[in-house]
Amino acid sequence: MAILVDKNTRLVVQGITGSAGGFHASQCRAYGTNVVAGVTPGKGGTFFEGVVPIFDTVGQAVKATGANASMIFVPPPFAADAILEAADAGIKLLVPITEGIPVRDMLPVKPFLAERGVRMIGPNCPGIITPGQCKIGIMPGHIHKPGRIGVVSRSGTLTYEAVGQLSRLGLGQSTAIGIGGDPIIGTKHIDVLQLFNADPDTDAVIMIGEIGGTAEEEAAAWAKVNMKKPIVGFIAGATAPPGRRMGHAGAIISGGQGTAEAKYAAMQDAGIHVVRSPAEMGAKMAALLG
Amino acid sequence: MKIHEFQAKEVLRKHGVPTLQGAAAHTPEQAVAGAQSIGGSVWVVKSQVHAGGRGKGRFVGEVDDEALDKAARGDDAPGKGGVRVCKDLDAVRAAAQAMLGNTLVTKQTGRDGAVVRKLYVEQGCQIAKEFYLAIMLDRARGQVLVMCSAEGGTEIEEVAAHRPEAILKAWADPLTGFGTWQARDLAFGLGFTGKAVNNFVKLVQGLFRAYNAADCSMLEVNPLILTADEQVLPLDAKITFDDNALFRHPEYESYYDAAEEDPQEVEAAKYELSYVKLDGNIGCMVNGAGLAMATMDIIKFYGEEPANFLDVGGGATREKVTAAFKIITADSAVKGILVNIFGGIMKCDVIVEGVLAAVRETGLEVPLVVRIEGTNVDLGKKIIAGSGLRVISADSMSDAAEKIVAAVRGV
Repeated sequence: MAILVDKNTRLVVQGITGSAGGFHASQCRAYGTNVVAGVTPGKGGTFFEGVVPIFDTVGQAVKATGANASMIFVPPPFAADAILEAADAGIKLLVPITEGIPVRDMLPVKPFLAERGVRMIGPNCPGIITPGQCKIGIMPGHIHKPGRIGVVSRSGTLTYEAVGQLSRLGLGQSTAIGIGGDPIIGTKHIDVLQLFNADPDTDAVIMIGEIGGTAEEEAAAWAKVNMKKPIVGFIAGATAPPGRRMGHAGAIISGGQGTAEAKYAAMQDAGIHVVRSPAEMGAKMAALLG
Repeated sequence: MKIHEFQAKEVLRKHGVPTLQGAAAHTPEQAVAGAQSIGGSVWVVKSQVHAGGRGKGRFVGEVDDEALDKAARGDDAPGKGGVRVCKDLDAVRAAAQAMLGNTLVTKQTGRDGAVVRKLYVEQGCQIAKEFYLAIMLDRARGQVLVMCSAEGGTEIEEVAAHRPEAILKAWADPLTGFGTWQARDLAFGLGFTGKAVNNFVKLVQGLFRAYNAADCSMLEVNPLILTADEQVLPLDAKITFDDNALFRHPEYESYYDAAEEDPQEVEAAKYELSYVKLDGNIGCMVNGAGLAMATMDIIKFYGEEPANFLDVGGGATREKVTAAFKIITADSAVKGILVNIFGGIMKCDVIVEGVLAAVRETGLEVPLVVRIEGTNVDLGKKIIAGSGLRVISADSMSDAAEKIVAAVRGV
């Protein structure tokens, strides 16, 4: 059943009447995701695409439709508040796509979610997809293929790149997750590795990291002791100079920490099969699985 | 967004943090007038650039190349620095004249240095001891971290690397904030005694308040000083704002100093492109930060160096792609261009149209390899093939990298 989302997922879309929210809600529905509700304060009682009921609050949406996951497209100034609202309404899986939420707004979000046992993927992420069953996010659905490889990455298009390589080689994916490039995110590499390790439908994992922070090192240290499945690893940003921000808030090397070399070394030490060329992620996996 | 020291101190004062008196100056006359209005008999004239290590920095033209090389490495060099103590108004004028309009080389600017366009004249004071303090986000914990050290001065990275135990840390709980008890803990840990304990506690609490209220992503005070009369003050202050929170602070617009930024990066920012100039010869245009870094990496993997990082973002329009293309080609070091787009929300045909429009508009003097994948890829490839332009199509990242490397080498 892959991880976190499947055909039983009932999705509410917060910000469904915005242009991005509407477009992607529509794309998710077209892929087959069960979009059961939308939320836009003040638009309650209307319908999205004539069939999906829109509510004023997430609480109302959950009560009326039994929604159990939320995709959030609320603009940055109001996004943290939208996350808190969804958590308080009892939804256990939140996927905020919004890019540009102030760090100060996100600081109290993490303990609030932890107290309620809520998992968040993102923010500033492409989302999560279990091919053939459920797509929550902005990734192009058609490049995916149902199968048994898990994919986890911080960034969007680099996740697509890995997925595209796998699909081309005939290797389908159990679940692919882009965890987001912000300084404060709800789900880290280590969390996703744990989920894939426990998932009977996942045989192996592609883990893609980026320079900055120490999340990849922590995940590698965990994998060294606990991971029972092979991992192929790549770190983006080996050529990035220290002190320069490379688009993602996370992608910056500072004080000698977070270099690609340090991350590669940690991965190699953990028995992760690293590739130095991003073009070889899929091929390495194919070779490993024979 | 980075700001100057004099602006950072203005932010701190606004949030009730005590600072020494100071005045910003653009000319030697303003520097002298500033010193006069501050009063007293000792002043410090400080270069205002968006880089640290100013005290150990040296000016181009004032010292020889060997001294500048040392300054760029952060080593002690003969000559005077970017921060000067002056004991009369003539010295203030002389220091201002030596700094304004000249290039300061520090460990953080690198050998190219940075032109000093502004000064900050500050009242002198009797320093009894120097400390280091910084407030920033600890990403691993998702909490704000206050860290300080009794080993103040400029070499905090050295302390962090070799004597981490000399750095004291306290994390602010997101729900209860930074406690007085935590500030006290740090004060005693740093060895403060008597009245200075309370003065330190008040200062740190003020700094933490300012960090939050001003939406900083970094607030660094190096050095934080204890004066001979037991005051505790921020002698320097560096602030970086959280770019995502700028919408809450329209007043920060006046702090923006375009002269401190790379002109190409400023141009890119106008189109919401994320661009960073690098030293290589293959320009790249990519959608998504992760894929953009990976594209740089694969260029290096095949033996050449990327000329830039350029992320056109998720919602690139034809106009943005055209602007991106012009920014890349404006760099005379660029000997070839690699476009790598994985179309998701962005459709490949739209990107291709944008690239071709730019090529038609600006001409194309270097080889161009385009690799597209994802939504509408076949339509995109058809448009390239039918364009009649000398655009090389590639099927995968490795194919693209090999082709552009071969092209710049003239193979």
